[in-house]
Amino acid sequence: MADSPMIKIKDLNKWYANFHVLKNINLSVQKGEIIVICGPSGSGKSTLIRCINRIETHQKGSIHVMGTELTPKIKNISAVRRDVGMVFQNFDLFPHMTVLENLVLAPCWLLKLPRKQAEKKAMTLLERVQIQSQAHKMPGQLSGGQQQRVAIARALCMDPKIMLFDEPTSALDPEMVKEVLDVIKQLARDGMTMICVTHEMGFARQVANRIIFMDGGEIVEENAPSEFFTHPQWDRTQKFLSQILD
Amino acid sequence: MDIKIFTPAPDLPPPFESAGVIGWLKDNLFSSKTNGLFTLIAIAFLWKTLPPMISWAVIDATWSLTPGNVSTDKTGACWTFIFVKFRVLMLGLYPENLIWRPVLAFLVFGTLCLATVFRLLKTRILILAWLFLPLPVFFLINGGMGLPLVEQSLWGGLMLSTGLAVVGIIWSIPIGILLALGRRSSLPVVKAMSIATIECIRGVPLITILFMASVMLPIFLPQDMNINNLLRVQIGIILFSSAYIAEVVRGGLQAIHPGQTEAADSLGLKSWLVTWLVVLPQALRHVIPSLIGRCVALFKDTSLVIIVGLLDFLGMIKASVQDPEWLGYDAEAYVFCALVYWVICFSMSQYGKSIERRNQW
Amino acid sequence: MKSPVQFLSNPRLTSLVLQVLVIGIVFYAAHGLLTNTQANLEARNIASGFGFLSLESGMPISNSLFPYSPADSYGYAFFIGVANTSYVALISIVLATLLGISIGVAQVSGNWLISKLAAVYVEVLRNVPLLLTLFFTYSIVLAALPIPKKSLVPLQGFFLNNRGIYMPRPIPEQGLWIVGLSLFIGIAAAISIHRYGDRLHRETGKLIPSFRLGLAAALLLPLGAWWLTGGPLSWEAAVLKGFNFKGGLVIRPEFSALMIGLVLYTAAFIGENVRSGIQSVGIGQINSSKALGLPPGLTMRKVILPQALRVIIPATTNDYTSLVKNSSLAVAIGYPDMVSIGGTIIGQNDQAIEVIALWMGVYMTINLLVSLIMNRLNARVQLIGR
Repeated sequence: MADSPMIKIKDLNKWYANFHVLKNINLSVQKGEIIVICGPSGSGKSTLIRCINRIETHQKGSIHVMGTELTPKIKNISAVRRDVGMVFQNFDLFPHMTVLENLVLAPCWLLKLPRKQAEKKAMTLLERVQIQSQAHKMPGQLSGGQQQRVAIARALCMDPKIMLFDEPTSALDPEMVKEVLDVIKQLARDGMTMICVTHEMGFARQVANRIIFMDGGEIVEENAPSEFFTHPQWDRTQKFLSQILD
Repeated sequence: MDIKIFTPAPDLPPPFESAGVIGWLKDNLFSSKTNGLFTLIAIAFLWKTLPPMISWAVIDATWSLTPGNVSTDKTGACWTFIFVKFRVLMLGLYPENLIWRPVLAFLVFGTLCLATVFRLLKTRILILAWLFLPLPVFFLINGGMGLPLVEQSLWGGLMLSTGLAVVGIIWSIPIGILLALGRRSSLPVVKAMSIATIECIRGVPLITILFMASVMLPIFLPQDMNINNLLRVQIGIILFSSAYIAEVVRGGLQAIHPGQTEAADSLGLKSWLVTWLVVLPQALRHVIPSLIGRCVALFKDTSLVIIVGLLDFLGMIKASVQDPEWLGYDAEAYVFCALVYWVICFSMSQYGKSIERRNQW
Repeated sequence: MKSPVQFLSNPRLTSLVLQVLVIGIVFYAAHGLLTNTQANLEARNIASGFGFLSLESGMPISNSLFPYSPADSYGYAFFIGVANTSYVALISIVLATLLGISIGVAQVSGNWLISKLAAVYVEVLRNVPLLLTLFFTYSIVLAALPIPKKSLVPLQGFFLNNRGIYMPRPIPEQGLWIVGLSLFIGIAAAISIHRYGDRLHRETGKLIPSFRLGLAAALLLPLGAWWLTGGPLSWEAAVLKGFNFKGGLVIRPEFSALMIGLVLYTAAFIGENVRSGIQSVGIGQINSSKALGLPPGLTMRKVILPQALRVIIPATTNDYTSLVKNSSLAVAIGYPDMVSIGGTIIGQNDQAIEVIALWMGVYMTINLLVSLIMNRLNARVQLIGR
């Protein structure tokens, strides 16, 4: 019998005022799966993953994250968010704290870890993303690629069960994209459940279990990479692929 | 396998509880218990204060233009007081039969304002027009060359406030620019004197500067040189404003990319030409919104001249309130005064914001 | 021999010549000014120098922090003025900051009605001259209140009328110093508890309610001492004698009007600073803080506020120095601040130059102090960048 899914989204609909931005989304994510979501801008990809940790709220349908349903009356959204890590396009590190302080802020205050223990854990993670030498620098002193790796380490510091990536490399200079993608690939190999919104199709081909194509707020196509790139089922998908792979 | 044609799902309207008015109310007014509580307190506050104010100012108020039909058992505002006093509030003690002159001057000024706001003329012409505006306006209001003279002690009201502010700004901008450039000078003596002047003026209240101008200036000047009080006060206002304009311009100069001066230098232009042709125009364009902010501040500051004996708009309001024939109309007077100042200052700051938004002049 | 053109194009020489020229012009003008001044002062029979400060002033002052009588010197009278200026400025700064923070936070709260009301407040108070607000407040404060015989009594012993707010004056008795000492100890204990709580959190991760414990210490200790010493405070009530009140403590309407006007006006500007400071922190910061699971209170304290203060503190420094300068408007409503009293002195002995020099010296010193303190604060919140 299959384990119950980590994330279960059923008939999800969202509106911004009168604008119907997510239409009838149905999605199930099992433990250890790597999902890549792609699509043209404005298709609702970012909005969708932001609904998963309730940074955005939905008006219709249901979202279950590891058994807990996300509703307006939810008591402890903080607990859900601790188990779901998120990395943003613009890194969004706290500029007034050092790299190390960025990482230990949440563990110290939410997990009630003693400072020394939190710092040890943080240093281990910084080593994992190969940036331990910058631990005492301020984010403003780091390059974009370094900042994004710190952001990944910061999210990992809370021991999340799921990681969400919202276009993690779109704001980076080309030569830094690889260093960040390498970190994400290693995470995938270590068994993390992941949803990644990205335009990096090479990365998707190498790592993803499933690729989801979204357009106009709905899921158009969902398939394994081997099928997705070679035999797209819908015309929309084919048009999109022809535009981004040339 | 054949490619299928995808039909997108239709756009549906949002569910009732989250849409339209109810949704808006939930999100913006009642999104949480504390929020709901604050909303209710705010509504209660408005309910208690707004209706009485409106009935005082409008519904129960007396609007007759002449004092003849004014009943003394008024419950609302008696705006007749304002209508009767209107001329002195606007023009001070200016002779009644010569009103056409300040009115004409106001029309000239108003036209220039409209031309500036709607950009009906080229920028260079507008700048020249503003620089030379004081001449015809002064001539009309003062007299001379055929027109009978009107003593400056009779000038007052909103005309005086506006005059002090406009002349103040026009003259303080060049002086402020000189001070700002002096502050950036490489000559230590010039730099030190500029900084000392700017910081001394900015560190003290306007009242002390007005006192200085009003009381000290006659002592500093040779005995036979006699300047009347209005001119002294005007000089004080100009000096005061220059220091603040200097700081605004300094901000604009600092924002200029050093690449600009490097490029100009490499063309062989002498440094003062570089400043005049390249740096200053850009710096000034950057800080136009802040300059307009200074205009608003200066216009409000002119209200202080009542303390050195000039009867500007606020001064005339205060004088009218103390007229023994019209006692007890403080509220009407101050509300009217606030309204006039608010309309003028708010319009100016909105104009500044619109320039900022368009990000260009 | 160098030609004149070559001479002029030597930059160091030109700058030296220019500076000497400038100094020369300034000295010439200053010399002319001084000779004129001397001649004018002699002609009008005005004394020079600061000797007048030791002469008897003969002027009454309605509001003073320290005991004063018209037999005291001009110098002491001026000092009373400086004290009054500092007093009203300090209280107004504190209150304006509290009100301004509320206005700023109200504008960024999610509540549409509250934020619009705050915005209206800001737009009204910023676009009306402070002097008008003062006159308005003064005439309302004065006009609305009754004569002493018919005072309003909101609380036992407090009387509101058009001569001021009268309240009982506290008279210290034997043993009050113990209560004072225990307040001091209580505050020290609160600080120690806070420090201990921080250390405990860093070392073990445990959180204790240090704020509440500290508050309890700071309140309970002096209260306990009060009870033990039997309440060493007695009160001198304000009593209506004839047409007026005698005894007790009084807050004059001039002071109230000035303070209310300054607070309302400056709070509008501080509110704008707070609003733009908070809004300058990008939404990304809030989102990443949420994503980590930080609750809103922690997000505000640890993420938003430190970044907002970078913008708020420099702007508010300006508002504080403006408030100090604006307190000079006291002269228009009769509160005896530095400018009021100085103005009266000038009226009596015409020594305008000396008094104006005193004004400038004191205002610049006060503003320098304020700027120094705020700059220290500012340095602590600035960011290190690349």
